[in-house]
Order: sequence, then structure tokens, then C-alpha cells
Amino acid sequence: MGRVAIISASMTQFGQRDDWICELLTEAGESCLTNVDVDASELDHLYVSNMASGEFEGQTGVPNALAHDIGALGAYTQRIDQTSSSGGAGIYAAWQSVASGASELTMLVGGEKMTHRSTAEATDIIASLTHPVEYKHGVTLPSFAGLVSRLYLESYDAPRKALGAVAAKNHANGIDNPHAQFQKEVDQETILESPIIADPLRLYDFCPITDGSAALLFCPEEKAAEYTDDYTVISGIGGATDTHVVHERVDPTVMSGVVDSSRQAYEMADIDPEDVDIAELHDMFTILEVLQLEDLGFFEKGEGWRAAVEGTTARDGDLPVNTSGGLKSKGHPLGASGVAQVYELHQQLTQSADSRQVEADTGLACNVGGFDNCVTTTILEATS
Amino acid sequence: MNFEAHSCPNGHVTYPRHTVCPKCGEEQTEIVDLTDEVGTVVTWTTSTATPPGVREPNHLAIVEFNLGETNVRALGQTTDPVETGDQVTPVFCKELRDPGAGIREKESQDWDGYRFSPV
Ligand SMILES: [Zn+2]
Repeated sequence: MGRVAIISASMTQFGQRDDWICELLTEAGESCLTNVDVDASELDHLYVSNMASGEFEGQTGVPNALAHDIGALGAYTQRIDQTSSSGGAGIYAAWQSVASGASELTMLVGGEKMTHRSTAEATDIIASLTHPVEYKHGVTLPSFAGLVSRLYLESYDAPRKALGAVAAKNHANGIDNPHAQFQKEVDQETILESPIIADPLRLYDFCPITDGSAALLFCPEEKAAEYTDDYTVISGIGGATDTHVVHERVDPTVMSGVVDSSRQAYEMADIDPEDVDIAELHDMFTILEVLQLEDLGFFEKGEGWRAAVEGTTARDGDLPVNTSGGLKSKGHPLGASGVAQVYELHQQLTQSADSRQVEADTGLACNVGGFDNCVTTTILEATS
Repeated sequence: MNFEAHSCPNGHVTYPRHTVCPKCGEEQTEIVDLTDEVGTVVTWTTSTATPPGVREPNHLAIVEFNLGETNVRALGQTTDPVETGDQVTPVFCKELRDPGAGIREKESQDWDGYRFSPV
């Protein structure tokens, strides 16, 4: 099985947009093709990562609409929904399509349009992924984060300010990302005094509701140089699910979907966690970045909270995490987020990250759906 | 209505019921009644940003019931604020949230259940 290259990456401005889902997807898709001067008619497969365009705006069948709008008629199309990890699942599908030989040129576009809904409505649409015995209690994804954060802080005697440090770091990184929803520094005091959303978590422990889209273009590694010199290669990828019902986990502070999917990705890439130079983690809630640092093997269990506090995951630290600003300041348009994580790795590994550029040859993206209900991990390598 | 967990022939207990036991794959054949049990709060949160039809603030807890050989957990609302380690007992509630207000189809599931009350 041959390796798969990413030959182009794009993302739209994230934030509050007037455009609807099909317009956002078209914007990212067209710019991804234009970057490498590829005509849409050359695409064999066109995938769309999207969680809930039907629920958010009453628009279904988005891949076919996109194929028509960008002129990719004839391409095989498919929508990929894996809740918050739809983007990562789309990368998995696009990788499969090329690695299997079924497609020689696949474009993945991820996107979501959410901000026209109230926070309560958007929260409910997302909460609908929970089990009926959870949903009827009014549980939301933020309340799972509150429940697990308390358990984590109490189990490992971690200070509350460790979660605030994750938010502060990712906001600081977002300043240098022109596509980010927020480009402003937020200090610890503001974070720790912001309104309570799901005790002990406060407003700044959560990512915003966001509109946006991102796209990636895939081909076999041996054909990549025909399109561009600046390509990266997917050296490892994995996907896994955890229990649907969160309280059934032996230890709710362990995300076994992250553990299992990353083990697959490390094995395929034949590397260890120590070999990873940068990571884009799914910081939908600050606690999730801490848990992923542990479950991906970067830190021992119970030690991940030290990373942001001690600067290990800062942009100038040993393992820069979320140089893009993460979901926290870049924003979290559900279907786009996993695609945008790999956009950031691609920019970094091709030396195209401008003022937020770090030195890195190997990058890892972890895209978490639900509260670890489903996860994909992607490992990307530089080629030059 | 009782607050029911389910057990397979190998003694694995789950709440809620599953089509097959998540641990061994066998059919769940026994009912374990938790209605009069006392459980312990494992963790809790108070949510102030709640979806349509849900009380605000919404106190939630994960509670563990010790059944001797094994234990089982459940998530639920609490009648009053609780702390980790508190002892609680289930109290029936006819409607945990307004079934017509949220995105999920009203007829697709039931809406009664149990809240946890400190003892
Ligand atoms: Zn069993």
C-alpha cells in the first residue's frame, strides 16, 4: 500500500460569517484547488466533512451541491459525519480512497455554519449525540467537561489554574493566526473570573461557536511532485471509538478512543510519541488538551496539566501544541476543525506558517468527537 | 417505575441496559433494582448554560452504586447541589426536561427518570 501525500491545504476565515454552508465549502474548496492549479474536473473523489447542516440550516446533500458549485461533476461524492471529529474521519476516508487505489486525486472539504443559531440551540444540536438516558437529564458536552474536569483535578491534585494556562497559551497562539476567530491575548485573571458555564469550568475553558471551512487535497506520494514541491505525507492514521455512555468508562479521565487511535497511528508511522515535534489537539474544552497530552503518550497519567503551566507546550517549548490557536481561539466549526488541524500541520511542515512558524518535521493531529465517543489521529511528515 | 440496571449471566451490571453485555457479549437477563439503593457521588457539575427545556442551573452528578461483588454508575440530575463523596438516593421525577422544547423528537424516547437526592 503506497503512502498518501497532501499537496494543498486551505482554510477560510473562521468566525461569524454571513455565508451559508455551501458557500463556505466552495470558498475553501476553490482556494485549495487554485493553490496548486488543479481543475475541479480532475477530482476522482470529493468528500465533505460536516456534522449537522440539516439540523443547523435545513440543508442536506451538501457534497453533491459542492460538486456542482465548483465544477467537479463526475466525481464520486460522500458526506462524512463523525460529530466533532467529522474532519478527522474525512481525512481517514480520503486517505483510504487514495491508499486503496480507488482514487488518484481526492479533495476533502470540511465545514459547518453554526452562529445563526442561539448558543442554547447549538448546544442542544450537539448534545443530541448523547445516549437517551444522558440526553433526558439535559446533559451537554460542556457538562461532561465539567464532570470530568472536577474528577481530574481532585484525582491528581492538579490546580484549577492549570486549565486556565491552556486557554491563555492557545489565545496567545491565535494572535498570529490571521484565520482565527479570536486574535487577542487573554490573561489568567480574566479566564479564572469569567462566568461559570459548567462548574468548575468557566467561559474561557470553552471554544466558541464558529462558522468556517477548510480543505485538503490528496494524491499518491509518487505523484505529488507533479503538482508541487511543498507537500507532506500521511505516515500514520488511526481511528477508534469509546463507550457511547460516558459514565460507563472505567476511568472517565482516560480517553480510550485517543489511546487506541494514536496507538494505530504510531504503529503505522513506526514512531513513538517522543518523535512528534508539534501537535494540534482537540481543545474543545481546556481539560481535553490535558487529557490528550496524557492519552497520546506525551505525559504520564496525572501529569499532563503541568505542560501549559511549565511552558512545555508553548510555541517555544519542547512540544508546541496548538500553534494555530487551537479550537479555543481559532474557533470550532464542527466539520471543519479536524481538517483545519491538518491544515496547520501542513503549513508548519512546509515552512508556510509565517509568524507562527516552528521547527518541525513530524506533526500529530488528534480530532475528538463527542466526549471521546470517536477519535481519529493523523501523523504528518515533512518531505523536504 | 423502578430505577433499573441490567446484568448478564456473568455478573456484569450496566446502566442503562444494552442489547448485549459490553464486557462479554452475552444477553442481559437480570434486572438489578437500584430504586432504594444509596450511591456515592463520584463527580458533579452545575451547568448554567442549558439547552431549551432544561432547568437552569442544572445540577448533574455521576453516582456509583456498590453492589457487593461489583458496582454500577449512573449519571443524573441532583435535587440539590452535592459534593464529591456525598451519599444520595434516587427520587422519581415525571419529566426531567420539557420533551417538546429540545431538538430530539418527543416520541423517540421517554422523559421520566430519577434524580439523586442527598441522604
Ligand atoms: Zn457480561
